[in-house]
Amino acid sequence: MATEFHNLQELRHNASLVTKVFIQRDYSEGTVCRFQSKFPSELDNRIERTLLEETVKTLNSYYVEAEKIGGQSYLEGCLACATAYIIFLCMETRYEKVLKKISSYIQEQNEKIYAPRGLLLTDPVERGMRVLEISLFEDRGSGSSSPSSTMSSAGSAR
Amino acid sequence: MKNCEYQQIDPQALPTQTPPPPPLQEEKEEEEEEGGEKREEPRRPRRKWEVFPGKNRFYCDGRIIVARQGGVLPLTLGLILVTCGLFFVFDCPFLVKHLTSCIPFIGGGLFVFVVITLLQTSFTDPGILPRATPDEAAEIEKQIDTTGNSSYRPPPRTKEVVINQQVVKLKYCFTCKMFRPPRTSHCSLCDNCVERFDHHCPWVGNCVGKRNYRFFYTFIVSLSFLTAFIFGCVTTHLSLRAQGGKGLVFALQESPGSAVELVICFFSVWSILGLSGFHTYLVASNLTTNEDIKGSWSGKGGEDVTNPYSHKNIFINCCAVLCGPMPPSLIDRRGFLPSDESVQTASVDIELPTQATKSEINVTEED
Repeated sequence: MATEFHNLQELRHNASLVTKVFIQRDYSEGTVCRFQSKFPSELDNRIERTLLEETVKTLNSYYVEAEKIGGQSYLEGCLACATAYIIFLCMETRYEKVLKKISSYIQEQNEKIYAPRGLLLTDPVERGMRVLEISLFEDRGSGSSSPSSTMSSAGSAR
Repeated sequence: MKNCEYQQIDPQALPTQTPPPPPLQEEKEEEEEEGGEKREEPRRPRRKWEVFPGKNRFYCDGRIIVARQGGVLPLTLGLILVTCGLFFVFDCPFLVKHLTSCIPFIGGGLFVFVVITLLQTSFTDPGILPRATPDEAAEIEKQIDTTGNSSYRPPPRTKEVVINQQVVKLKYCFTCKMFRPPRTSHCSLCDNCVERFDHHCPWVGNCVGKRNYRFFYTFIVSLSFLTAFIFGCVTTHLSLRAQGGKGLVFALQESPGSAVELVICFFSVWSILGLSGFHTYLVASNLTTNEDIKGSWSGKGGEDVTNPYSHKNIFINCCAVLCGPMPPSLIDRRGFLPSDESVQTASVDIELPTQATKSEINVTEED
């Protein structure tokens, strides 16, 4: 009851930050960007397991696409080398394009799935790709006395 | 050094909220001018580079980043400019007349390539990892403390992870308050953790890491071509002039600039060629200078260790390192800090219970 919000606007006005949960990076496949699919126990009664796993899986697939070494990245790399890398100043790289897609995906997920449950995802790029930060909110009106002394940015688009 | 406070950002800011527009003027120095302006315009929004905690300097309102210690970058640039200048003035006219007119064009092309890649290596963010936010740091501390509960032994500051059947140790960085990802190292000169840290190059005045390694490699390869080319041209020039029994001394007297070039090129061509060869080997085996020096994957301990990041194919390794996707800068230098009255300047010294026993832990910050 205390955690029912209908959209991000309500979240902003009525909620206070309780805690943050961090999903860490999974380095088992090397240095590629990948997040662990382990479900954090703090979210047990806030969100269904499958929804969060689906979000993390989609994010991981986006990162795989961004860091894929294939035909297009070779072409981009060779062209860049031939022009003494000046095209990096003019052109948006494929990685940046995928990051924009990720940003809008996270925004959409926040609006549809997480904000109604009092949660907020922060784009990993805001945290240096170290963690996927999930902020837990609670209704201010419920008289929760959780300290909100630490605050941090909530998923602003890059 | 300015006391760079690690600013905390308000979570109540909606994702769609745009920051206020920036002031029209550009700032070159972040410390003195900003102090003066803040008194006049207390609500001026600040960019993130102004509160960056590492030892870096920023120019052009955060577009250009260099290490605080300029190193010998001016010397490198100066040597290249002087040598090429002398080449165009003293050698090119003679060689164009006696050999071929392509020589200035080849030399000019190589020179432009070298200078551009040098400046890009120096001014690009090498792959700096932003420091952990206080919440993340507290979370990590909590996780570390729960594992080591005996008061005598300090909690472990390393984490092990298995990558491609190799056990890799991740160390905890006390400055950045996080476990370093694989292949990341903390540069003490720049006071930053840098991804895929290769080395800190004083000639270039910056760290060489994931984002600028390809620029660095192109720079040293093109510089070897340029040095070898100039050396060859100067030798040809002097030998042509010395023909007919005139002698080398006569040739040097006629073209004194060539003597200077000869000395510079002779002493630098061997080291630069050697460096290019060494880095070509590193690229082909997908290693960093840091890993090679420490012998991380050379199997010195008698165990069967191989480089877990290598693709086991020289061609693929080269393509992955040099032509792979270009990751973006993670430090977002030109982003705005949200203007907030109740800004909490949380300094990054969260109380670590085992800070006093840090010396007992065999963890070094600088790899």
